[in-house]
Amino acid sequence: MTITKIKLYNYCNAYNHYNQIMSFRLLKDKAYSKLMLVFTSLSVSIVLFIGIGLYCKSLPVLHKSSWGSLLTSSEWKPLKGLFGFFPFIMGTLWVTAISILIALPLCLLTSFYITEYAPNRIRKILVPFVNLLSGIPPVIFGVWGVLFIIPLIQDHIAPHFVEFSTGYSVLAGGIVLAVMIFPLIVSIVCEVLNTIPGELKDASLALGATKWETIRKVSVRKATPGIVAAVVLAISRAFGETIAVLMVCGNNPVVPHSIFDPGYPLPALIANNYGEMMSIPLYDSALMFAALLLFIIILLFNIISRLILARVERKLAV
Amino acid sequence: MTNNPHISIQHLNVFAGDQRILKDISINIPNKKVISIIGPSGCGKTTLLKCFNRLLDDTPDIKVTGKVLVDGENIYDPKAEVTHIRKKMGLLSQRPYPLPMSIYDNVAYGPRIHGTRKKVDLDKIVETQLKATGLWNEVKDRLNAPATRLSIGQQQRLCLARGLAVEPEIILGDESTSALDPVSTSIIEDLFIKLKEQYTIVLVTHILRQARRVSDYIIFVYMGKIIEFGPTEELLLNPQEELTKEYVKGFIS
Repeated sequence: MTITKIKLYNYCNAYNHYNQIMSFRLLKDKAYSKLMLVFTSLSVSIVLFIGIGLYCKSLPVLHKSSWGSLLTSSEWKPLKGLFGFFPFIMGTLWVTAISILIALPLCLLTSFYITEYAPNRIRKILVPFVNLLSGIPPVIFGVWGVLFIIPLIQDHIAPHFVEFSTGYSVLAGGIVLAVMIFPLIVSIVCEVLNTIPGELKDASLALGATKWETIRKVSVRKATPGIVAAVVLAISRAFGETIAVLMVCGNNPVVPHSIFDPGYPLPALIANNYGEMMSIPLYDSALMFAALLLFIIILLFNIISRLILARVERKLAV
Repeated sequence: MTNNPHISIQHLNVFAGDQRILKDISINIPNKKVISIIGPSGCGKTTLLKCFNRLLDDTPDIKVTGKVLVDGENIYDPKAEVTHIRKKMGLLSQRPYPLPMSIYDNVAYGPRIHGTRKKVDLDKIVETQLKATGLWNEVKDRLNAPATRLSIGQQQRLCLARGLAVEPEIILGDESTSALDPVSTSIIEDLFIKLKEQYTIVLVTHILRQARRVSDYIIFVYMGKIIEFGPTEELLLNPQEELTKEYVKGFIS
């Protein structure tokens, strides 16, 4: 009788002990998950804080002129207090659009080659090279643009189309940017293409399709959401790229009318002028507004592309 | 049965790197019959099947030597056109892999590639093949829906219809029912039996009962070699080789 009692007692003790350890471990688990939540929401809320901060700082210039006039006016005369951002918005859009138009076909073909055609040993050389490209600092791309792209445009490309160009143009900015976003798109698209099951490609090949037909009609379709995502990321990056672009763009605050005209993208405006000429009234506020604009452009672009992506995914049901 | 072989394999070897995964395979596959390739996993069944339509071409580090004659033509001849060879054979893989497009486009994919452009012709092909696989009544109202919305069993039948749409002579099945439920499996098996009137069918399977249900002949492959080849009942009930006996009885698998 007593022995069973002692046994029972021991069991209970062990059980309680086990329970205590268990609850402590569970507590720890809970604590960590809460901690992670806090940190995550902190980093997410930074986006909000940046937006609010920029808005507050640009209030002075917003009090003087309306949103409409700031966005649509082309007059940039800080000394007279005239701040028209239209040329800068257009400069940003031109440079980004040109870079994507140049980069996308190259990136897609490169990705197809790397994932589908290249023999193993060539792939092993190619992939690190592409990755290396993304590690080169932007300023080096800028210098390369000034030394090679500008003369190339000035002497060999522009003369075929326009009477005169210094070479400093949105085209130069677009080319330099295209080279910079190239590794980003290639690496994402390659990842996406690698996830496509071999059996799916075999299914198409087994019907007598060639490799190229299979890529064009099956792989690309299957990879479309991934390709769109890669392009969105690249465009977001291109919108904000500063130093390399400002070195080759000409930085002239007029709306570009051809690819050989100079442009002045928003990031270049901010980087060129912040900290200088701050004695001009409202100038710092105007620059903050430029930053806010850039912020809004990227935000809107991301939201819209997300909606498009969702549609694409639903339509293809991949 | 060997008088008029549809596929004739002569001294076929497959090397993966230094390893020989198929060893001196020679066999004649008769016309318009169902032939099952059985054997334990990893014995080279699927590799052997893939040799039939040169699907190993794009696999790195794989080398194929020997001859595979289809209708008397060596498909490994350097002058042979690979798309033409593959068009002769419909492939049905382990799991259904519908192309990322609509049900209609899945079936029309092959004919379109091979030059059929007219809508009327395509419509006819789609209807015929979907009827042949018993899918027509289930999908005729939603031909433009994505193929991925179908059930797995329906998807596999769609893949069969897709393969039939290019008018092949041979159907290759690589454990085509292994991902399916029993009902879908029996539908596919019945289809194979029905289709052998028009096609030569080569199936890879590891289910002996399935081999027995559908096939006329069985090839038993073990460690990259053909151990025995013969009519289904004979091979299963009265195997000549010791290895076949052990496999059929379930001692090796």
